[in-house]
Amino acid sequence: MTDAGVMGGDEAVDQDRRKFLTVATAATAAVGVVLAATPFVASWSPSERAKALGAPITVDLSKLELGMMLTYVWRKQPIYIFKRTPETVAKLATHDAMLKDPKSTESDQPAYAANEMRSRRADIAVLIATCTHLGCLPKQKFEPGDAAIGAYWPGGFLCPCHGSRFDLAGRVFDGSPASANLRIPPYSFKNDTTLLIGQDESATQGAA
Amino acid sequence: MAGFNAWLNKRLPVDKFVREQLLEYYAPKNFNVWYFFGSLALLVLVMQLFSGIFLTMFYKVGEFTSFDSVEYIMREVSYGWLIRYLHAIGASAFFIVIYLHMYRALMYGSYKGPRELLWLFGMFIYLALMAEAFLGYVLPWGNMSYWAATVIINLFSTIPVIGPGLVEWIRGDYGVADATLNRFFSLHVVAVPLVLLLLVALHLVALRQTGSNNPDGIEIKENLGPDGKPVDGIPFHPYYTVKDVVGVGVFLTLFAVVVFFVPTFGNLFMEEANFVPADPLSTPDPIAPSWYFTPYYAILRAVPNQRIGALLLLLAVLAFFFLPWLDRSPVKSVRYRGWWFKGFLTVFTVSFLVLMYLGLKPATGGYVTAARVFAVGYFSFFLLMPWYTRWDRVKPVPKRVRFHD
Repeated sequence: MTDAGVMGGDEAVDQDRRKFLTVATAATAAVGVVLAATPFVASWSPSERAKALGAPITVDLSKLELGMMLTYVWRKQPIYIFKRTPETVAKLATHDAMLKDPKSTESDQPAYAANEMRSRRADIAVLIATCTHLGCLPKQKFEPGDAAIGAYWPGGFLCPCHGSRFDLAGRVFDGSPASANLRIPPYSFKNDTTLLIGQDESATQGAA
Repeated sequence: MAGFNAWLNKRLPVDKFVREQLLEYYAPKNFNVWYFFGSLALLVLVMQLFSGIFLTMFYKVGEFTSFDSVEYIMREVSYGWLIRYLHAIGASAFFIVIYLHMYRALMYGSYKGPRELLWLFGMFIYLALMAEAFLGYVLPWGNMSYWAATVIINLFSTIPVIGPGLVEWIRGDYGVADATLNRFFSLHVVAVPLVLLLLVALHLVALRQTGSNNPDGIEIKENLGPDGKPVDGIPFHPYYTVKDVVGVGVFLTLFAVVVFFVPTFGNLFMEEANFVPADPLSTPDPIAPSWYFTPYYAILRAVPNQRIGALLLLLAVLAFFFLPWLDRSPVKSVRYRGWWFKGFLTVFTVSFLVLMYLGLKPATGGYVTAARVFAVGYFSFFLLMPWYTRWDRVKPVPKRVRFHD
């Protein structure tokens, strides 16, 4: 019985070989664990349905008057769309000293909105209305010098949760807990009075 | 009967278990009222599992069904209101019991060697409990549920680089949505309870290994009588089982008073804003988390920088984990420590309670300034501990436990 002789093993155990096999087995198992975990981890990403419901939306601007605001929901996020008067636009350049990021260098927006107006067109503002602090909904405070806020107030938004303040371009004021300006979704104009939220030249966001 | 007993014990060590864990498990004889909260925590855990199983029979998870099914439980299921109140108020009771249980460990140095692992398992239970409470709070899908989920999940967005992607992954959508609610339900009723049970088992095994600490902080195993049993120990059963039953009676009486007469407990145990359905276009004003999270919430809001605020919130919770290694005192119990430790423990106690109050208040003017002051007090207890516990003039620890309190 040669087999029994081999199994009995008079020869010394090859420790290097044993170590190599142990490490190789463990490494293979680790790869297997990662591969097996992948579908479970991936299942938490937005589903195809969520992505489809996150497709671009069309907004009709023909009835939007000066100083008026529309609220739409795009990708579960409230979007503020409002029309600024020429006076409001002129005033936006006057309070840079009170802002954390007046030039929007530290904030999240498409390249075409990284300007002083934070918009493609000076008159139309499009903002994601979730506070960049912890996601509450900033409230509309368009009246300049609002008594509850202060005489300096040029008009803008006030978050009811933790008191962050934003101007009419969504730029955050110094002393707010939020550290970045309100985010801006990708958007484009189909024509003068039709706005597409979630779609611009670079890519269509989320269309399935 | 004797025949059956022999048959059974040959196959399952029932008698051995009862003997080793109850009849011949010696606990220090000087336990005081602070030693009720371990067994009470176990009681509340069982109550939460039981009421939770029944709630799951009537609750329908989903963004269009959750809120209505909770109202259905409250109004139309027989005694549904009672089962739901037991569960919702049980969550607050759980934290009251756990906070007192943890405070006992702070006072008597129960986290110190050889009980470091016992303390760490306990802290992991505390973390799991916070996750469980938050997940459960979201399930009724009231407006506070919705916005609490939004705010808490957004805390992860402060993590550099991976933050925004991580937040989307947790929510499973571009905002808190049906997908979020559904996975929170699964975690709340299956995953986290399993983790909790495992951690509780480890906590108890580690406790059996080292034995309980006591108000004098003396190791009773170091002082054995001629029979090999600790001279300052008494068998867990019947002495402490009977004592614990008294604690259970008092606890259940107080619990029943809240459940039947003041279920909302002045907007603390159940919040008004959560009796309104979730509305993504309207943030409740004011917004405050459940009372058991408010000390950490106050610390978060006290910092003007959002990323540092979130980091301090995390550190405020994790600081407890390091206590066994921060404490350099040769004695365990506050009874034999000097004024340095007593002073800092007082600062910590006051800071924790004031921060708890401040977290319920709006984040304006004086409240924020006060939160900053007391956040410093909170962290000083931990950060300065390696120094003040060494400077402390400790008293000599007696060889035998004393009876007082």
